[in-house]
Amino acid sequence: MKKTIITVVGKDTVGIIAKVCTYLAENEVNILDISQTIVQDYFNMMMLVDMNQAKKPFGDISDELAKVGEEIGVVIKCQREDIFDKMHRI
Amino acid sequence: MINFFEVNETNKMIEKENLDVRTITIGISLLDCICTDLETLRKNIYDKIERTARNLVATGEAIEKEFGIPIVNKRISVTPIALVGGAACKTSEDFAKIAETLDQVAKEVGVNFIGGYSALVSKGMTKADELLIRSIPLALSKTERVCSSVNLGSTRTGINMDAVKLMGEIVKETAEYTKEDDSLGCAKLVVFCNAPDDNPFMAGAFHGVTEADAVINVGVSGPGVVRTALEKVRGESFEVLCETIKKTAFKVTRVGQLVAKEASRLLQIPFGIVDLSLAPTPAIGDSVADILCEIGLEYAGAPGTTAALALLNDQVKKGGVMASSYVGGLSGAFIPVSEDQGMIDAVMAGALTLEKLEAMTCVCSVGLDMIAIPGDTKASTISGIIADEMAIGMVNQKTTAVRIIPVIGKGVGEKVEFGGLLGYAPIMPVNPFSCEDFINRGGRIPAPIHSFKN
Repeated sequence: MKKTIITVVGKDTVGIIAKVCTYLAENEVNILDISQTIVQDYFNMMMLVDMNQAKKPFGDISDELAKVGEEIGVVIKCQREDIFDKMHRI
Repeated sequence: MINFFEVNETNKMIEKENLDVRTITIGISLLDCICTDLETLRKNIYDKIERTARNLVATGEAIEKEFGIPIVNKRISVTPIALVGGAACKTSEDFAKIAETLDQVAKEVGVNFIGGYSALVSKGMTKADELLIRSIPLALSKTERVCSSVNLGSTRTGINMDAVKLMGEIVKETAEYTKEDDSLGCAKLVVFCNAPDDNPFMAGAFHGVTEADAVINVGVSGPGVVRTALEKVRGESFEVLCETIKKTAFKVTRVGQLVAKEASRLLQIPFGIVDLSLAPTPAIGDSVADILCEIGLEYAGAPGTTAALALLNDQVKKGGVMASSYVGGLSGAFIPVSEDQGMIDAVMAGALTLEKLEAMTCVCSVGLDMIAIPGDTKASTISGIIADEMAIGMVNQKTTAVRIIPVIGKGVGEKVEFGGLLGYAPIMPVNPFSCEDFINRGGRIPAPIHSFKN
């Protein structure tokens, strides 16, 4: 299963999770885990998602998520979990 | 599961500390292109490279997107052209035509450099080797993306001093041919001792004859990441210092290994090696010299530099070999001058000289790299510099190289701008005393005693 990590970082505001989750639901991306915290008014969210059933290719989802982020003033990054796994796990 | 801290650490390395994959290089064998007719040979070469590498750039970009890590260069290395063109080329001009073909196909598939306009002459030169070497100035002046390398010696064979003499003249001639562009041709020409067959980095990449038909080699980088990690252990003992470099090199190399495997899978070309080098760029913070300063030197070149570089090089290897199944290429710290802002600063401050750089090459992964010298330096003096560097490689059983640029029309104190990843360089003084009689002797320097291991 291709797992992907989505990170959302930016100034906290109403509806960040709602916007991101709506986009993911519309595109058949399944959320496996969410953790979220606020540090000094800064919103930090990390999601583990499964894109196997996704309607669009990885690159499109990544670009569109970045756009969703721009609209609500946060930075959204979408990366395959492998890069973190390889770097931090033996 | 991966946690916040780990995700942030990785992304900080990428966004703030210039962590990237420096190059995905496809090595392509051209041995099956050989033909006695030059035009057919050129067509065979063009077709094979185009066929093998047509998806390289798109694949590289897809991997960048999926992992969120920049892959700075996509490149190609080919079988040394002296071997491929020997049957068809009767003159140096014939060889230069093959260089033009390489340039055309590099542009077609969208790679920024193609390496392998090379000859391996560590013991002797064939007629074809000599014709290729003599064609280098013309070939590099007529092409944009072709890189050339010549292997002049090895621990097993000794040093081919006839070729060393010739290469001094060729470096000078290449500088003349490209003098309108600050002798840029010399930035794409490197000579080696103990050249590796699987090096993915330019200008010295070529696809050795011991390699498979096509292979993916990946060069990682990350001087900025190492320096930032070392900031946190300022004043600590060497044990802590070394441990920190090792851990960081491990992390960086794991990313390289991941990218290499993915590229190999997508392109359906076997994975060769990961080259775990610390390769600087002119970008601020992406500097090997800055690491040396972080270790405790005022400038690169200060007393202690060779020791600091030796430990850095060794720890990078120790961390890296654990992270990849196959490590190869040059693997270590590069110390180019023009491509490293910290090195440039050190030269400008008077801390770093050609002689100190030579000492540093005894313990780093390559050699005298991207060093600008006065345009009126004699060819025999350049040969002398090359011979010294080849001797270091031969005796220490390591790769050494020289990529030196005599900038025509410029002298000590002036600057030369190469642009892009090649950066800019202050012109450094060269020892003015002659070595002409030494270079003119001709013949070979025999292999050292410790090479006889059979």
